[in-house]
Amino acid sequence: MNILDIIGPVMVGPSSSHTAGAARIGQITGKLLGEPVKTAKILLHGSFLATGKGHGTDKALVAGLLGLSVDDRRIPESFELAKERGMEFEFGSISLQGAHPNSVKLEVTGVSGRRLEVIAASVGGGRVHICEIDGLRADFTGEAPTLVVYNQDKPGCVVRVSLKLGLAGVNIATMQVYRDERGGHAVMVIEVDQEVPADCIADLERESGIEKVTYLCLDER
Amino acid sequence: MYRALGDICDKSEKQNISFWEVIWQDDCQERQLSKEESFSQMGAMYRAMKEADASYDAAQKSRSGLVGQDGGKMEAYVNAQDVICGEFLGHVMEKAIKMGESNACMKRIVAAPTAGACGVVPAVLIAMQDKYGFSDEKMVQALYVAAGIGGVIASRAFIAGAQGGCQAEIGSASSMAAGAAAFLRDGNARQISHAAAMAMKNLLGLVCDPVAGLVEVPCVKRNVSGAVVALAAADMALAGIYSGIAPDEVIDAMREVGLSMPACVRETGEGGLAATPTGLRAKERMK
Repeated sequence: MNILDIIGPVMVGPSSSHTAGAARIGQITGKLLGEPVKTAKILLHGSFLATGKGHGTDKALVAGLLGLSVDDRRIPESFELAKERGMEFEFGSISLQGAHPNSVKLEVTGVSGRRLEVIAASVGGGRVHICEIDGLRADFTGEAPTLVVYNQDKPGCVVRVSLKLGLAGVNIATMQVYRDERGGHAVMVIEVDQEVPADCIADLERESGIEKVTYLCLDER
Repeated sequence: MYRALGDICDKSEKQNISFWEVIWQDDCQERQLSKEESFSQMGAMYRAMKEADASYDAAQKSRSGLVGQDGGKMEAYVNAQDVICGEFLGHVMEKAIKMGESNACMKRIVAAPTAGACGVVPAVLIAMQDKYGFSDEKMVQALYVAAGIGGVIASRAFIAGAQGGCQAEIGSASSMAAGAAAFLRDGNARQISHAAAMAMKNLLGLVCDPVAGLVEVPCVKRNVSGAVVALAAADMALAGIYSGIAPDEVIDAMREVGLSMPACVRETGEGGLAATPTGLRAKERMK
């Protein structure tokens, strides 16, 4: 937290957790998908479900999926904007065991057919936590540039990724590794201190054992 | 961020720099920014506050229909009548209601420290700039003062209604605005801290009881009380009156009071005004 979390953020109201945080979750999900969203199933949990409508949580989530930032004046009109851009969405409810009260599960499909499932929570003041990606546990905020690397669970993947980053002059701030089962699918969530160059990401994707790389930097505008 | 108003005052006195400069230096250190970068970012916050104030739409109602259109009523009243509190305070109240309503109506605002309490700091600051003609640069300095106070409150206690009730939101905003107002009238670091403390003391114990769980009733009008209390506290501090309890201890007391509040009055929308027959009917209509 810094003083611009005290005076700020500039945001569309009414609630930093239920509106700004929701928009941010949508925006991060859209960026993780890496292409325009074609369809979205939005499942609300807890307080998001109970008071979301009055807080515009629904509009904020859709706005975020369309790539709008938390201070974008078009958030209240996001449903119309989605229609214009051909993005379909539906809302539902879900009960996520042990989840933060302000949580949501997003099941999205991109224009190329790429699919992504994200579970995220809005933890207050507009700050968010991504808790799960495609059924695999994760834990990051999107406040630092973040790489999400999907790989096969076999020896050497972590060292190859960290070496490439090191050679590109990118310092790793935090690193988490998760997998579904031994030898199965794994995911590395890497928060870094510098922007990751595009050629470095393309390089990573060519490495053996690496299935997919998504890169998230919210402050690129 | 600083953990004690006392530390900010000590640094201000030892290095013979203003309260706001202590916060400015700390921000540059913490976020590794140049002084110009930090100042320009804070300047953008003040500009966004003024834009939000100017773009109020007197016709708009919130999605629930619970709030809206009162800012226009207040403006008409202040411009036409002999306001009991005086013209200046009338304008402060008008700006606080307008910002609270803009927030409820999904307009762009600046959370300070939260969206629900977003009317307090700009109502006090913009109205004071209108009255005294301070430069924008001076107003941005005042925002650093407000941010420094809010930072200490966030570190020692909390600024979320879900954690500490409305005292943590409107109370914190009022405390921040009081210090900023004292600064604008050339109060020293000690006066700034005590203005902040006196505002917080006057709002201690305030519960968070939003009807239907929405940031509307009573949130919009509590921005008014936060702004008015802030100015009263600043005037007391400038008169040479000090808080009988040390400012950092007042913040600690806010934390203790917040921790002992039952969950029904910590933003759950289950207690206080939310649990009145009218509040419950409004909740039913939102389903």
